[in-house]
Amino acid sequence: MPHPDSYQDDTKLKFVRNECLMGLPRGSLLQTSMTDLLVADHIHKKYGKYTALNDLSIQVPKGSVFGLLGPNGAGKTTLIRIINQITMPDTGKVYLDGEALDQKHIINIGYMPEERGLYKSMKVGEQVIYLARLKGLTKAEAKERSKYWFERLGMTDWWNKKIQELSKGQAQKVQFIVTVLHQPKLLIFDEPFSGFDPINATLIKDEILKLRDDGATILFSTHRMESVEQMCDHIALMHKSNKVLDGRLSDIKRAYRTNTFEVGIQTADDSVQSLEVLKKNVLESAHDDWQLQPASFKTINEHDLKLQVKIPEGLSPNDLLGFLANKGTINHFVEVVPTANDIFIQTINAN
Amino acid sequence: MGSLALIIKREYKARVSNRSFIIMTFLSPLIVVGMIMLITYLTQLNQAGKQTIVVVDESGLFYKDFESTAEIDYLDLSPQGLDTAKDLVEEQNYFGLLYIPENVKKNTSGVRFYGNEAPGISTIESIEEQIETKLTNEKLLDRGVDLDLIDASETLVSITIEDFSGERTSKISNWIKAGFGGGAGYLLMMFIIIYGNMVMRSVIEEKTNRIIEVIISSVKPFKLMMGKIMGTTLAGITQFMIWLLIGGGLLTFLTLFLGLDANTPNAAMGGMATTDLDKIELILLDVLNLPLLKLACFFLIYFIGGYFLYSSIYAAIGAAVDSETDTQQFMLPIIMPLMLAIYVGFFAVIENPDGSIATIFSMIPLTSPIVMLMRIPFGVPWWQLALSVGILIATFIFTVWFGSKIYRVGILMYGKKPTYKEILKWIKY
Repeated sequence: MPHPDSYQDDTKLKFVRNECLMGLPRGSLLQTSMTDLLVADHIHKKYGKYTALNDLSIQVPKGSVFGLLGPNGAGKTTLIRIINQITMPDTGKVYLDGEALDQKHIINIGYMPEERGLYKSMKVGEQVIYLARLKGLTKAEAKERSKYWFERLGMTDWWNKKIQELSKGQAQKVQFIVTVLHQPKLLIFDEPFSGFDPINATLIKDEILKLRDDGATILFSTHRMESVEQMCDHIALMHKSNKVLDGRLSDIKRAYRTNTFEVGIQTADDSVQSLEVLKKNVLESAHDDWQLQPASFKTINEHDLKLQVKIPEGLSPNDLLGFLANKGTINHFVEVVPTANDIFIQTINAN
Repeated sequence: MGSLALIIKREYKARVSNRSFIIMTFLSPLIVVGMIMLITYLTQLNQAGKQTIVVVDESGLFYKDFESTAEIDYLDLSPQGLDTAKDLVEEQNYFGLLYIPENVKKNTSGVRFYGNEAPGISTIESIEEQIETKLTNEKLLDRGVDLDLIDASETLVSITIEDFSGERTSKISNWIKAGFGGGAGYLLMMFIIIYGNMVMRSVIEEKTNRIIEVIISSVKPFKLMMGKIMGTTLAGITQFMIWLLIGGGLLTFLTLFLGLDANTPNAAMGGMATTDLDKIELILLDVLNLPLLKLACFFLIYFIGGYFLYSSIYAAIGAAVDSETDTQQFMLPIIMPLMLAIYVGFFAVIENPDGSIATIFSMIPLTSPIVMLMRIPFGVPWWQLALSVGILIATFIFTVWFGSKIYRVGILMYGKKPTYKEILKWIKY
């Protein structure tokens, strides 16, 4: 049941939802602040008759971890390729650090594509140096930095091996080094954790976060929501060549929260009878516009009353707590915050 | 170092350090020499067994006229008669029996050769020639002609061919020229196919390895393609140079060994070639008198030009497909003109090096590298060389541009076999 006061908090949200689909007016001038490292401005890209990107704009703040989300075929890879200057947009422009993207910026970008690839019959060390030099490093620089990274990731004895002698996970590590070796301002990872075992995935995740702490900006594309929760400050959600949602992850979560809480109340003697009595009491005395549903979570008692309560917008958790405190001892009270996964599925289905 | 130089270096290293490259470079000259020796040996082996031919001459004209040679012994069994001789041939397992009837002077159709195996053409020809000479002489004698007079008036002519700059050639040197020209043309075709395939395979490898995306986020696809083509060209030139050194070394060795002077005119030696050594010397002199340096230089020029032309097409094909098995349908447009050039070369050029067909095909850029190389040993006017090279360069600039357009789009396309129509569409992307 919608509450008349709904969305009263949302006025301060920065995110734009369904901007183009809903035909809302859009500023013709992009608000490019100096804190944005990467700005994509109204990008259009067509392949023949197929529209790969439809008027797409994103701003990636400096020093952030930006998640580019969307189902397969949403246009993520096309956007990434445009940022990497692999393909050119039909219209629209990309700015890096305030400058229009240009050939000279390739040294500022590190890119790890989803389909990892290295020369199979080339030696690891030679390959890392070759690819770093293509990015513009000198031989000496490339050698020194790769030495540092090889030691850091415990790969020193791979130097003279060929890629085909390494396992898939090991080759991924080499690929990671290739991506970061020239210390780019912008790091782009397309599905960075696919193919890694949990230990190496954590290792790479920590390295990525460390690179961010050292000043790099991370753009990564994924459809794995758990890594989004763990790492992203900002997200943009793409669907069928359009951007359907973007903003700070915390803001988006706040906007998607439903004022729903999980509560657990202890009964006097932990028996089935007293649970029934309590349940009846709570259900009868609850307000009409509250939605109560049974919930399941773990507590230490066997017969606690476990409920999921959705209260109308405008009510605060304290109102709910006040009501519950009369019924018994509250041993569990948690707000149900939507996960990135929920938001993803909800938004895609809505479109 | 620029990124183009880096790519060239890597491609060159990848090609040259390949095991098959090393084996090919050093083994193939040995294989060629070995093949020639083997063929010579086999030919001799074929003739090694001495054959005995029994002669039954009822006319009595040919008594002792058949001279035994290194390959054939003639055994005269005329007194025994045809039937006995036949039995004897079968008994002794002789090669065959030559029967000459009594009235052979009037009617030669009665001459027969009996044998289980058909004799070689040269054997038959030599027997026919001996009978013909004998019978002609007999008939001349019958009419009262003095044979000594005929012998005395017989004249042999060997025309010495000389161009207006005074360069002398002989018939045998025409064959050597054809051999060298044809060899160079054929070698060039092999080079284009082998090295073009290398480029194509390396493009496909990068595509299937998916390293292509990493690299073209650093360099432009055009640079990558050019680097690949140039690096592979250098590998080809390296191989050619090594062969040139081996061949040059061999030639110098032989020259020194036989104490020849390249300036000695052929004519001085002409007609006196009696021993095998003299023959070899003559051939060597002809080889030394060929425009070898010119041939080698133009081989390089046409190799680079023709190779750029074709390998940009090869690179485009490699980019368009996902695996080597998909390349078949696109191979025909490449192989066709190359084969055509080889056929035109072998049939038109050797017959008439300055004929209109040879001249036209040595101008068409798809065939000119091969056809022109074949013409060079016979002498080609400089303006024709310049025109042909000019057209070739203009065309390869075009195909490189065209190939790079397809390449740029193709390397990022996965999962479907493109048709010609689709590929043409990519050019507009």
